[in-house]
Amino acid sequence: MATPGVVHAHAAPQGFIRKYIFSLDHKVIGIQYYFLALAAVLVGMFLSLLMRIHLVWPTASIPLFGEIKPETYLTLLTMHGTIMVFFVLTTAPQSGFGNYFLPIQIGAPDMAFPTLNMLSFWTTFVAFVVMIAAFFVEGGAPLHGWTGYAPLSALPGAGPGEGLGADLWITSIAIFCAASLMGALNFITTVLDLRAKGMTMMRMPLTCWAWFITAILGLLAFGVLLAAGILLLMDRNLGTSFFVPGGLSVSGNLVKHSGGSPLLWQHLFWFFGHPEVYIAILPGMGVASQMLSTFSRKPIFGYKAMVYAMLSIGLLGFVVWGHHMFMSGMSPYSAFAFSIMTMAIGVPSAIKTFNWLGTIYKGRVRFDTPMLYAIGFVSLFVSGGLSGPFLAQPVLDIPLHDTYFVVGHFHLIMGVAAIFGMFAGTAYWFPKMFGRMMSESLGRIHFFITLAGTYAIFMPMHYLGLAGQTRRYSQFTEVHYMTQLIPVQRFMTYAAVITIGAQLIFVVNLFWSMFKGPKASDNPWEATTLEWTTATPPPHDNFGGHTPVVNHGPYEYSVPGAARDYTMQTDPATSTAH
Amino acid sequence: MGLALLVLIWLITFFSTYFFVAKTWWLPAGASTAAPWIDHQFTLTFIIMGIVFVAAQVSLGWFVWKYRDRGPASKVDYSHGNTKMEVLWTALTAVLFVGLNLMGSHVWASERFEPAKAGAVQVEATGLQFAWYFRYPGPDGKYGHTKPELIDASAGGDAAVGLDTSDGSAKDDIVSGTMYLPVNREVDLSLRAQDVIHSLFIPNMRFKQDAVPGLIIHMHFTPTQTGDYEIACAELCGLGHYKMHGMLKVLSQEDFDKWIASKEAEKQ
Repeated sequence: MATPGVVHAHAAPQGFIRKYIFSLDHKVIGIQYYFLALAAVLVGMFLSLLMRIHLVWPTASIPLFGEIKPETYLTLLTMHGTIMVFFVLTTAPQSGFGNYFLPIQIGAPDMAFPTLNMLSFWTTFVAFVVMIAAFFVEGGAPLHGWTGYAPLSALPGAGPGEGLGADLWITSIAIFCAASLMGALNFITTVLDLRAKGMTMMRMPLTCWAWFITAILGLLAFGVLLAAGILLLMDRNLGTSFFVPGGLSVSGNLVKHSGGSPLLWQHLFWFFGHPEVYIAILPGMGVASQMLSTFSRKPIFGYKAMVYAMLSIGLLGFVVWGHHMFMSGMSPYSAFAFSIMTMAIGVPSAIKTFNWLGTIYKGRVRFDTPMLYAIGFVSLFVSGGLSGPFLAQPVLDIPLHDTYFVVGHFHLIMGVAAIFGMFAGTAYWFPKMFGRMMSESLGRIHFFITLAGTYAIFMPMHYLGLAGQTRRYSQFTEVHYMTQLIPVQRFMTYAAVITIGAQLIFVVNLFWSMFKGPKASDNPWEATTLEWTTATPPPHDNFGGHTPVVNHGPYEYSVPGAARDYTMQTDPATSTAH
Repeated sequence: MGLALLVLIWLITFFSTYFFVAKTWWLPAGASTAAPWIDHQFTLTFIIMGIVFVAAQVSLGWFVWKYRDRGPASKVDYSHGNTKMEVLWTALTAVLFVGLNLMGSHVWASERFEPAKAGAVQVEATGLQFAWYFRYPGPDGKYGHTKPELIDASAGGDAAVGLDTSDGSAKDDIVSGTMYLPVNREVDLSLRAQDVIHSLFIPNMRFKQDAVPGLIIHMHFTPTQTGDYEIACAELCGLGHYKMHGMLKVLSQEDFDKWIASKEAEKQ
């Protein structure tokens, strides 16, 4: 039992600026994060559309953009990856939904540090502005990929965009790291200190567990990336040599560095980069668990196993980074160790999948749109997850590393699965956030096109990768065996155009429903967790002056003998429900 | 709705699996001693993961349809899980995944733990923006010195790798834009990069290794069939990454010797 800590009780603000711009209210901040991520995902998606068109029609002239040059293609992919990973996958599931619903789900009036929370959002906002600014400086955005491997990222002369554009790119990431550290501290403290009476750790919804574990991962990972980013900035601007060895010559010019190690950057980057994958997907796992239980009208299968699985994923996530470096020149012996650890992380991931299936099994499944997206999440998680054990084996990494197989793998699992988590979260919590329901029919159309379209884009990437199609090629005209694979690329581009077009349905649904959707009741899904016990939308202090007392676990559905098929966490204690 | 989901998930499963099983696109023909081993491990992994994939997707589609809400008639099994099942599938997955990994490890060990055998053909591969150069040490068996200040990529040949022609052991070094190898003989490859990271990728040899500035990375492999094989760069190296293309020509020992001799003659 946690002692409810003292929150800096702040009165509901009156002025527009304090209420909506520099707000201390976690709900407003959550919505701010959500819209920041929405803006970012639209930019990132537009970049991917340009990339897909260029890959298939390399000389096509695009309206307002002109012809895309090879180096422009690389800046598109760099910015696409960076924006999607940092400003979408890290921002919406954790900082967006987490901010809004973590305090409510544990029965707290706000986050532990409201001012820090506001600071964290606005710092993230600045990071986004700096990132976008990279497009508009001389030389444009960098072309070194979202992983920014040195020396390419460390030497301004190594390519167009590696000048000021690259400096802005690194600066933006460093600012983002600082913001994420603030957010992580806030989340951890809030979970540990602000749970309502009766809300034991093992009564927390799995979403809260996911946000909590993600925050711990963020706290341990972003600090390392921040340090790496600062070292890289120093290499570029102050003449240090952390990542650049001696004796290099770039386009005929001697490089005045010596003693650095390109592999050091990779170790630091992936020490952050691999946990980052779980930072992106864990909140989605939490959301999927919440939906599957709610809409199957059945307790989650193996709650404890789900918690332990997430904890072990978090732990193992820190000791597998070397699997990104099997071909890097790292010791082949350590590759062996990283490989075993990586296979081991497949075990808790498999447990989660089994338990999701076990939750649906013998349930009574309702097909509201949040559930559709959650089912889509499970399907994508399985598909994206099962290509993992290929890439985890160093010997299979020889043909597959840096091919489209990898691109297909991570897009399915950390890209689209995580985004399905966000779709599910949006459809599920929209009524609570905006007081209105989203359109079910638009939601269904969007779901079916997006799920089919996603597979049509990313499944063929596995075939291409097998055939040796390398990633990050701006065109496939120079290597003979790759020219034969262009028809598959063309199919993927068609699928991408349709799927990206279908996202307009989601955007229209979002904004239309915000103003025109039917009014939502306080508990439209007949769900059990605390956010459904309060008003819609929740008052400034979340529970209107009282603090909830928790008597039950988070997923008590269809309790035998109960009057209705859901027992809310605040319902009086009974002998039957947990 | 349940039926629509079932149909969509099953269709996705069918099409995804079909193109793998039909091998419409597959690993390119292997032409090295490692290829059959790697391909075997790949196929084994593929079969196991394929079965799990189909089983999971088919059950997902089946469950959502079978257990759809059919009004008061559908009964829910109020259960919080099953520890026995939990332990069982955790153990099964652990054995499967770790076992699979161990089965492939001897291939990795033979590829990367041991150095090349004595008598292997010496070749040095150098990556630079945006070309590969291959150097042979000549009759003295020694690579001559290279110096970064002598590098002139636009000149190609010796100058592209910065060969110091004043060094005695550099006199008989051969630098070629195409990689030549004798069949059925191991090659002792030294990988270098001059500017940024590149990655030497020869799909038919099942060979890939990054070339990292500041490091000389030793690798080895043995081609088993004569022929021409494409080389690509697999690590993002700048705007010309996509055209950093090379060729490997695997010749009979006799033809290889002839090629070396003709190149040596050109140097005189």
